[in-house]
Amino acid sequence: MVFTIEVNNRPIQARKGETILSALRRNGIQVPTLCNMKDYTPTGACRMCVVEIEGRENLTPSCSFQVEDWMKINTHSPRVLAARKTIVELLLSNHPDDCLYCERNGNCELQLLAENLNIRERRIPGKKSAYKNDKSSPAIVRDPAKCILCGRCVRVCEDSQAVACLDFTHRGSELIIATAMSKPLNFSNCINCGQCVIVCPTGALTEKIQFEEISNALHDPEKILVAQYSPSISVSLAEEFGLKGNRDINGIINAALRKIGFNKVYESSFAADVNILEMAEEFLRRQSKGEQLPMITGDCPAWVKYAEQYTPDILPLLTSVKSPQQITGTLIKTWISEKEKINPAAIFSVSIMPCTAKKFEGQRVEMTRKGISDIDTVLTTRELARLIRLHGIDIDLLEPEPSDDPMGGISSSGKLFGVSGGVMESLLRTIFYKHSGNELDETKLPKLRSFKPIREAQLKLGTAEISVVAVSGMNHAVKVLEEVRSKKKHYDIIEIMACPGGCVAGGGQPITKDENAIKNRIKALYDIDNKERIKTAHKNPQVIALYEDFLSEPMSKKSIELLHTTFTPREVIL
Amino acid sequence: MEEIIINNETDVFLMQVVHLDKVEYTHSMESRLEYLRHDKVGRPLILVSMGTSSLVAGSEATYTRICQYSEERNLDAEIMQSGSFGMSMAEPIVSIQMPGRTRLLFSNITEDRVGSLLDDVFHNTIPTEFCIGQLRNDKHEGYRDTLFLDETAFMKLQKRVVLKNIGIINPESIEEYIARGGFKAFVKTIKHYSSEEICDLVEISGLRGRSGSGYPTGKKWKIAHHTPSDQKFLICNAEESDPGAFMDRAIMEGDPFLLIEGMAIAAYGINATKGIIYIRTEYYQSIERLEHAIARAREIGILGHNILGSGFNFDIILRKGPGAFVCGEETALINSLEGKRGMPQSKPPYPATSGLHRKPTIINNVETLSNIPAIIGKGPDWFNSIGVLNNAGTKVFAISGNIKFPGLIEVPFGISLRSIVFDIAAGPPEGKKFKGIHMGGPAGSVIPVSLLDTPLTFESIKEVGSGIGSGGIIAMDEDTCILDMVKYFMDFMQRQSCGKCIPCREGTRRMTEILESITRKPVNDNGHTTLERFKGVMQLESLAAVMKDTSLCGLGQSAPNPVLSTLRHFREEYEEHIFDRKCRSNRCTELRTYFIDVELCTGCSLCAKKCPSDAIFGTPRHPYFVVEEKCIGCGLCYESCKFSAIHYK
Amino acid sequence: MEKLDNLLKKFPDLSRDNLIPILQATQDEYGYLSEESIKKIALALKLPASKVYGLSTFYNQFRFSPPGKFHIRVCHGTTCHMNNAGLFLKEIHKIIGIGDGETSRDGLFSLEVLSCIGACGQAPVISINGKFYDRLTKEKLKSVLLTYRNMEVV
Ligand SMILES: Cc1cc2nc3c(=O)[nH]c(=O)nc-3n(C[C@H](O)[C@H](O)[C@H](O)COP(=O)(O)O)c2cc1C
Ligand code: SF4
Ligand code: SF4
Ligand code: SF4
Repeated sequence: MVFTIEVNNRPIQARKGETILSALRRNGIQVPTLCNMKDYTPTGACRMCVVEIEGRENLTPSCSFQVEDWMKINTHSPRVLAARKTIVELLLSNHPDDCLYCERNGNCELQLLAENLNIRERRIPGKKSAYKNDKSSPAIVRDPAKCILCGRCVRVCEDSQAVACLDFTHRGSELIIATAMSKPLNFSNCINCGQCVIVCPTGALTEKIQFEEISNALHDPEKILVAQYSPSISVSLAEEFGLKGNRDINGIINAALRKIGFNKVYESSFAADVNILEMAEEFLRRQSKGEQLPMITGDCPAWVKYAEQYTPDILPLLTSVKSPQQITGTLIKTWISEKEKINPAAIFSVSIMPCTAKKFEGQRVEMTRKGISDIDTVLTTRELARLIRLHGIDIDLLEPEPSDDPMGGISSSGKLFGVSGGVMESLLRTIFYKHSGNELDETKLPKLRSFKPIREAQLKLGTAEISVVAVSGMNHAVKVLEEVRSKKKHYDIIEIMACPGGCVAGGGQPITKDENAIKNRIKALYDIDNKERIKTAHKNPQVIALYEDFLSEPMSKKSIELLHTTFTPREVIL
Repeated sequence: MEEIIINNETDVFLMQVVHLDKVEYTHSMESRLEYLRHDKVGRPLILVSMGTSSLVAGSEATYTRICQYSEERNLDAEIMQSGSFGMSMAEPIVSIQMPGRTRLLFSNITEDRVGSLLDDVFHNTIPTEFCIGQLRNDKHEGYRDTLFLDETAFMKLQKRVVLKNIGIINPESIEEYIARGGFKAFVKTIKHYSSEEICDLVEISGLRGRSGSGYPTGKKWKIAHHTPSDQKFLICNAEESDPGAFMDRAIMEGDPFLLIEGMAIAAYGINATKGIIYIRTEYYQSIERLEHAIARAREIGILGHNILGSGFNFDIILRKGPGAFVCGEETALINSLEGKRGMPQSKPPYPATSGLHRKPTIINNVETLSNIPAIIGKGPDWFNSIGVLNNAGTKVFAISGNIKFPGLIEVPFGISLRSIVFDIAAGPPEGKKFKGIHMGGPAGSVIPVSLLDTPLTFESIKEVGSGIGSGGIIAMDEDTCILDMVKYFMDFMQRQSCGKCIPCREGTRRMTEILESITRKPVNDNGHTTLERFKGVMQLESLAAVMKDTSLCGLGQSAPNPVLSTLRHFREEYEEHIFDRKCRSNRCTELRTYFIDVELCTGCSLCAKKCPSDAIFGTPRHPYFVVEEKCIGCGLCYESCKFSAIHYK
Repeated sequence: MEKLDNLLKKFPDLSRDNLIPILQATQDEYGYLSEESIKKIALALKLPASKVYGLSTFYNQFRFSPPGKFHIRVCHGTTCHMNNAGLFLKEIHKIIGIGDGETSRDGLFSLEVLSCIGACGQAPVISINGKFYDRLTKEKLKSVLLTYRNMEVV
């Protein structure tokens, strides 16, 4: 039912059952919020969204109040503005005044509110809570001093990621977000997915900054700098530079990285294709034996850590193939170094990912051979943008350049890794081919391209049919696993990505208020798939060359030694 | 108790008691009732009050001593425990009823006084200095020259509805409760009324929430009654975490069955099958009594399945609140019951439509529920006749602070605050000037002495800028510093704020800091802090307005009340603190300046050694002196001086 | 932890509703909530440990270190405050050296500040191991504390 209410002396249309906030927003009236999250029930904690309703004694939070037809609302009356301003001033009175040194400087919701509410003096004096920041985690840094206690991180972590690593602890002015027993993050059950970083309005949660480590390597004449980057970066980096439209700018990234001083620039999508070939082989072997099914992907390090902590019993179901980042890293320090006659110890291998958990993956002990780790440093999309700016590179003036042979991004199959369902799509294309010797008629599998968190699909392999599912968001993954465990559902392959929507929405991606950003990134990836000539891993000439030149065939002794890994149960406070 | 009553008999017994007006009684039944009501005692009856306030005063030792005494002298006396009668100053109270005579109440019977008291009373002399009065009872022979209790200043203006049994009956005996008419209303309810009618009766009676909300109870019940659901809950809010309030505790300790009966009727009215009493953990005795009372009520079939054959099911469980003031707030309480942090939630939805486990839930205060049996038993018109228009019935208060007669009182609405403070509680201690009262707990407000003629109604108290609150009244005389009180309340709120919403979490903290800076020593002032202090004071009022306007729950909305009300009525004290750096009540120790009396000082130099800021100078064996500018007002010198030579102003 | 196992068995319904009663029973048993107990309870109730920890830090009742042999509770209600309960806290700090929620080094005393015992008529009030002391003065407090301390020495 639609009715008219009066807002700021003008009529607007409101729908029965919606909140005041949603009616206002739909009608283009902006009311600030801090704790509000799309698709979550409002908590009404921050009180920023208060409005004045005629006939009500106090101001009313618009986020948690339903519109009613009698309402006469004022959203920007002097009383409301004074209240909002005071609330922000109160927050600032307990906030370290160090915007200039803050990661989120220029992209901080608190800063923006202070600016919009025209706060120009420190009106409310007071002591600030003294907190130490927690730098223990390889992926995420927490600085409670900057936390405004909006609770968004708590909610994503629990509701969307099913981890509940963080919660409010203590109360009143001692309220602080902390892990169980207030332990440092690295002892906690944090899976490093970084979703909390994405939702945090301030600099209280950030990725562990590592791009400075690179500076030293860059200026070390002994070092050979090698970079790889994931396909989700090339469709999102543009946002960091305010470029419109999510186009694929991989050529520009190549150019920028070279300008910065990288000797070689590779694309991880190459290794994604290798990953597909290995996984397809592994699957067919497991399927023919009829054991250890379903096979579950292990590309997402956040999911892997989750499994190691919560479901050690299903670790044998995970594919043993390393993730594209780690495959690239390994190949750089083996194949490439052999080919180019470089001492692997002289290589400084940097991976640029949309993901904070990849920082953790890069440091896993399993990912080190003979004291040399596959990857030296992992940067996020945001750090890459900073690195580019640091080197004074004007991205608008760069001419696209191709990435380096022999690990470029020639096929689109590897690029689909950035989106939930994409790994599965590429994998099925290759499995079908390997099984039947023919290509799939229609390479697209629309069921895997729905925007649903759980996407099921079936594929006929000769007389048999395999059933697969791609799931993103750990809360949904948990549901799927539960159904498998209780035998309610049967799948042959399960793809799991921790971040809702896949790596395009990873914890290392640009933090934006644009609600369509993620859809646009996905669309850009699908566009690549539409345009690219080579759409399957097994057709990728560079990959074929790798096997001919170095590995001989998928799951050969050598590939198992280099490209496969193991998982071990992990004891943390759950 | 000498006679043990078995279950079935009790059952029959209750039924007969309930139909008292219709059924002819056998002789023995009548005498049984008389016995239980102590209308007739065969041997002396000694009651020792054992409420928390009595325990604090040492009643346990008194009780033991009495038992000992009785054993030693082979007294054929019955010794029992009762709840606290309400006169805190008089604890421990011992009541003695000799066969055929009225019951006498004696005050301050500590262990050492037991012997002489019993000696006297058993030899028919009444130690007048300890005697509070005698209980009126037509069937008994009174004592001459002894006031009846209802004639004493403390009791004369009181009207005890909720407290009528307290201090008089044995709170552990369901039989006594029944003999005094207990559960009659409940049985009437389930036999004669529909649940709808119960809601109606309560609405007509005009009962309003006694937690201070003043929300019409019947109206609230009806919302839950009309919300369809497979399950509904009744919660009794016994958190009572306002410091200075102990009304609910006294009821639960002194007359637990009353609360159970009230809850059972309420549950019937809203069709709830499960009742939960959410009680403060610190209320050990209430918990014990209620546990016992619930068990007894189950035993005789007042609680449980198909109660008295009516088809109505209801049971009560106790849940101990683990200590958070904010859990008195309904939604926070519900969260706490669901095993979550006690953070309030946005309303609507109100608990009456979606509460515990999202089911319709009625939350009422202990006192509210304890009014129900009388309303149903005696009818809404009777209830409405007490009090004044729109404010029917009585209110229980706990008075403490600078007052001669602190304690628990129950007065009809409409009485003036002055009567409460000066007539019932006897005013401030001898020779002290009265300043005002603080009503409504830490979120309440101060009412100055000039406004004490305000009648007690929800509306008029609100008009003078306060609220009735749950019933704590703190009396303040000239020795109480308004700033110190306000700072205490603000600090309390700051520590109790759940921290969920910004205005309350940060606001209470900043306001506490501002108040602290006002009451701090000028010596600590460098230019900066003076400025900060001045800025802060300017903010007090604007901060308070925003907190009231935007906080999520009642805690944050009402936290500024003490500040606002005192700024209104006691502005001059603020100004004195801020500008003259003086505390007229000498409570703000940091504002004190110490000086040494040259006549008394022996020059021992002890104070100079103790002073943390080296403000005391002198030569040994000659009088020392304090440098005022350096003194930080800590008072260590004052405490250390063995010759009382140090004074402050 | 065996005691905790037995205690958990007494709760047939291990739902979140019973979390607080379980924590209370655990604290009654051990005197405080240890890290181990919290982990175990979280596991038994299938709750994240962070939630159990977050909850227990919210409420005053729960403590995370063992209480002393003599547990002092100081009422800091309004009337007690007016009657110098604040100074008592300072005095206790001076004599025993502990503040709210702390336990003395020798494990003898622990202190808990209550928002109100509800004996306002007899303020100020403290209790030590359940025994009440009312209408206290600083001197009386001192002697009470020393009595307890000496009790241990002897
Ligand atoms: C911060 C806060 C604390 C409260 N504390 C109590 C309390 O201790 N006891 C109580 O009965 N009501 C308390 N209330 C009021 C309850 O939320 C609720 O209104 C009451 O239990 C309703 O009962 P009534 O309708 O019988 O008055 C508190 C409210 C707030 C906002
Ligand atoms: S860390 Fe960030 S997201 Fe989490 S509560 Fe604090 S400000 Fe909000
Ligand atoms: S889904 Fe992608 S971005 Fe998110 S944690 Fe997993 S690998 Fe990282
Ligand atoms: S007003 Fe205070 S107590 Fe109430 S929700 Fe807000 S922070 Fe919590």
